[in-house]
Amino acid sequence: MVGHGGLTGMLGEDGIHVDMNHLKSGEVNLGTSIMAINFKDGVILGADSRTTTGAYIANRVTDKLTQVHDTIWCCRSGSAADTQAVADIVSYHLNMYSIVNNEAPSTQVAAALFQELCYENKDMLSAGIIIAGYDPRHGGQVYSIPLGGSLHKQSYSIGGSGSTYIYGYCDANWKENMTEEEGIQFVRGALREAIKWDGSSGGVIRLVVLTADGAQRHLYLPDNGYAGPGATK
Amino acid sequence: MTSIGTGYDLSNSVFSPDGRNFQVEYAVKAVENGGTAVGIRCKDGVVLAVEKIITSKLLKPGANKRISTVDRHLGVVSAGLAPDGRHFVSRARDEASSWRGVYKGPIPVSALANRLGSYVQAYTLYSSVRPFGVTSIVGGWDSEAELAVDGQVGSGPQSGSGGKVKGAKSGGPGLYMIEPSGLYWGYYGAATGKGRQAAKAELEKLDLASEKLSLQDAVKEAARIIYVAHEDNKDKEFELEMSWISSLDGPTKGKHEEVPKELLEEAERAAKRALEGDDEDEDEGVKGTGNEGERMEE
Repeated sequence: MVGHGGLTGMLGEDGIHVDMNHLKSGEVNLGTSIMAINFKDGVILGADSRTTTGAYIANRVTDKLTQVHDTIWCCRSGSAADTQAVADIVSYHLNMYSIVNNEAPSTQVAAALFQELCYENKDMLSAGIIIAGYDPRHGGQVYSIPLGGSLHKQSYSIGGSGSTYIYGYCDANWKENMTEEEGIQFVRGALREAIKWDGSSGGVIRLVVLTADGAQRHLYLPDNGYAGPGATK
Repeated sequence: MTSIGTGYDLSNSVFSPDGRNFQVEYAVKAVENGGTAVGIRCKDGVVLAVEKIITSKLLKPGANKRISTVDRHLGVVSAGLAPDGRHFVSRARDEASSWRGVYKGPIPVSALANRLGSYVQAYTLYSSVRPFGVTSIVGGWDSEAELAVDGQVGSGPQSGSGGKVKGAKSGGPGLYMIEPSGLYWGYYGAATGKGRQAAKAELEKLDLASEKLSLQDAVKEAARIIYVAHEDNKDKEFELEMSWISSLDGPTKGKHEEVPKELLEEAERAAKRALEGDDEDEDEGVKGTGNEGERMEE
């Protein structure tokens, strides 16, 4: 199994050998490049669009940026089925939360729910999720939940098999408090490199910008070196 | 049936023909005999106070608390049957802990009041149970700071998160009162128990809605109000118990704590002084009106 979210599977009985065949045969996998960053006015999420079953590309225009509340989104990597199921459950709970408490949930609440599901079911799940959200009180926030179900608050986060190729790029180019334009350039530039080097990442680049104005999607196509079209409604 | 009235008061889950649940109303009677409890909500915190009637000289002073901490930022005081109050507090703790389990953070006061209201209401529905013999006052402080997810690692950008709306109001004091029917409202000032009428009259004079009263002054007012409410029950001795929850930059740093001994004693002294002053005024005004006889009746 090539590049499963850049994350290892469960350790074997000897504690040394990694089980690389933990996905069921034929299971759909998001060999992926995903990231989310904090910028001046909020957060930006980004992802490639390739979904694979082994070497076969099951979908070349996948949407790995999933909305779980108005301005709380997540980037999914790992098993497509697992991450969709987890995102659905969280989405349901956030919906209920906003109704019962008559108030939009904070990004923290979403991160807590994701973590509980990912940690308590770690033996059954193959999910590496990045949560990014905006709320007026806390501003933009980025949380990462890697394979074991730990929770990390980060200024920016990268994930998926493609992320291994862009640690250097991101470290060299990252700066805090970027403008929206700079943020988009950073995410798009990083994902372009990830797609270039990672065999299991590819297709289009999707972005979501989360600010006080709400969520805006962007789309960048490989035809012109990911230069456009840009913001979409 | 004749010897026991209409029969509509024998069971929960049975309405009388005019739409009343007598069991709930009897529970309210139990509350009305309990020691007075009050809560005051001000801009920078919440005060809870209760009048504990001393039923025996053998009881150790200062032991036998009636105000309980439910979570770090939450306190509950109740009037009525003490064991019912303790069960209520136990449930409140479970709810607060369950919220932490799911959302990895402190439960907002409003959410706790909502859950407790639902819990109490369920005890009015079934013939196998009786309603709660308490009215409880829940006070707390929702943190105005940015809260981390319990157990998270890391803290995001050093310069802070981008896009925060400056001056976006968040957190603050919360005060709710839950009755045996399950009914609950949010209050600036709440009173229940035997002296609630006198206490409410005093609370209304404080103009709490303007949020001008400081937490320190609210402590003194709460003590005074308990003393005023005790006036009609003077033959019994009582002990005053008080707790408070301040803002994060206040004396309790957002936590529910007992009011420190020195402050409590100071408040009690001030309360006694205020009462003595009132008594003198009253004595002068009342002299010769024949009202003294009326007061002796009880």
